[in-house]
Amino acid sequence: MRSFFYHIGRYSLLMKRVFSRPERWRVFLRNTVREVENVGISSIVIVLIISLFIGAACAIQMNNVLQYSFIPKYLIGFGTREILLLEFSSTIVSLILAGKVGSNIASELGTMRVTEQVDALDMMGVNSASYLILPKITAFIFFVPVLMVFSIAIGLVGGYIASFMIKGLSTADYLQGITMLFRPFFVAYSVIKSVVFAFIIASVSAYHGYYTSGGALEVGKSSTRAVVNSSIIVLLFNLILTKLLL
Amino acid sequence: MIEVKNVFKDFSGNKVLDNICAEFEPGKTNLTIGQSGSGKTVLLKCIAGLHQVSSGDILYDGRSFVRMNEKQRKEIRKEMGMVFQGGALFDSNTVEENVMFPLEMFTDMTYEERRERANFCLKRVNIVNANNKYPSEISGGMQKRVAIARAIALNPKYLYCDEPNSGLDPVTSILIDNLIKEITQEYNITTIVNTHDMNSVMEIGDKIIFIYKGQKRWQGTSAEIFDTGVKELDDFVFASARMKQLRDLNRR
Repeated sequence: MRSFFYHIGRYSLLMKRVFSRPERWRVFLRNTVREVENVGISSIVIVLIISLFIGAACAIQMNNVLQYSFIPKYLIGFGTREILLLEFSSTIVSLILAGKVGSNIASELGTMRVTEQVDALDMMGVNSASYLILPKITAFIFFVPVLMVFSIAIGLVGGYIASFMIKGLSTADYLQGITMLFRPFFVAYSVIKSVVFAFIIASVSAYHGYYTSGGALEVGKSSTRAVVNSSIIVLLFNLILTKLLL
Repeated sequence: MIEVKNVFKDFSGNKVLDNICAEFEPGKTNLTIGQSGSGKTVLLKCIAGLHQVSSGDILYDGRSFVRMNEKQRKEIRKEMGMVFQGGALFDSNTVEENVMFPLEMFTDMTYEERRERANFCLKRVNIVNANNKYPSEISGGMQKRVAIARAIALNPKYLYCDEPNSGLDPVTSILIDNLIKEITQEYNITTIVNTHDMNSVMEIGDKIIFIYKGQKRWQGTSAEIFDTGVKELDDFVFASARMKQLRDLNRR
């Protein structure tokens, strides 16, 4: 319990340092653009591949569950859309990104710490926490909702492709299903969740990386801790936000 | 001038520095020597403000670094340059970008002016045709020289070098040592070098402090170091049996 409060306190103090005014806005903007490439654009392919296959699998499973003749087939499209919109594209994609981006952030900062690059920044009088972490958090918060929208769109395309393989389901039924009873708030709900999850993944991973001590072995351990802890916190906040927003 | 006054430092009750007092003068290469784990790096990091002292004071030209607020510390840090044991160059930046980094963060120079200054510093440490290389693409000796170039980019008043020639061959080590000495005299910098290399001690040691288990045991010059009467220092200087034999032969 004491350790829990210790980490909460240290994390809060780190965030206070992170969210201080950048030394040079020009440098901050350049680093943020670089981080969009590092943590965002490089994740597009994996997110799209996973979304395509999950969307297709969702449609096939929906058909399996709703196979009774009295249930209209367009509900397959409807169910696929709701799964992608409400849970998959925000929460599950965030968990995938926690593995990919979280470990990347923690290992990068951890390596910088053990090779004294963070000390070199502090030594020069640069706020190392803000200089290194703020661009990552900013880039990730801005880019994850974009990834989420891509994920929903490609997931629906996956379901559409699967509809060709589903006996008795016409593409017209599927398209009718994905457009029926659409509630724009669900998109806002999904975007809010993805922004919160992006902040959790980037900040928790940065925390573990920034406070790495020792050598290469500890960098690996920090990376693992970053993925595990950020995933657990994402799931916890998923529950809290679902209860609060829906 | 840097004055270290009665500095104590402990980590979770484990005492690392025990009542260290020392003065480091400008224009001189001040060496801190001692075995690995003796507390040299911790002392240097306390002086540089990377560690907080448990008690005692560190004075920069009479100004207490310990009592300064964050803003004052930040200002004085701009007057410091440090060469870390592993170089600590930024992996994602080229050699030139590494040297330009402090200029970009703390000056209003244009890109061309920064580039010109970086090239001047790189030339000063004899680095040519490596501006666009990444730290992983250059040798350890070159990395140390680039680190020195980065450290002097802002014309510092204080230069700290933590084992600048660790992992380097003796010839490259001497080159690095001489470079540090030249720069110290050229710009009248207060330089503190941590080392356990006796070649460095003999080559550049204007003033030497010997630390043993966190305590200052001896202070003097390279000319005095062979006959101090301090057993721990004798054991450090004449570590090998062969060296001890040579010393005894010399005394006879």
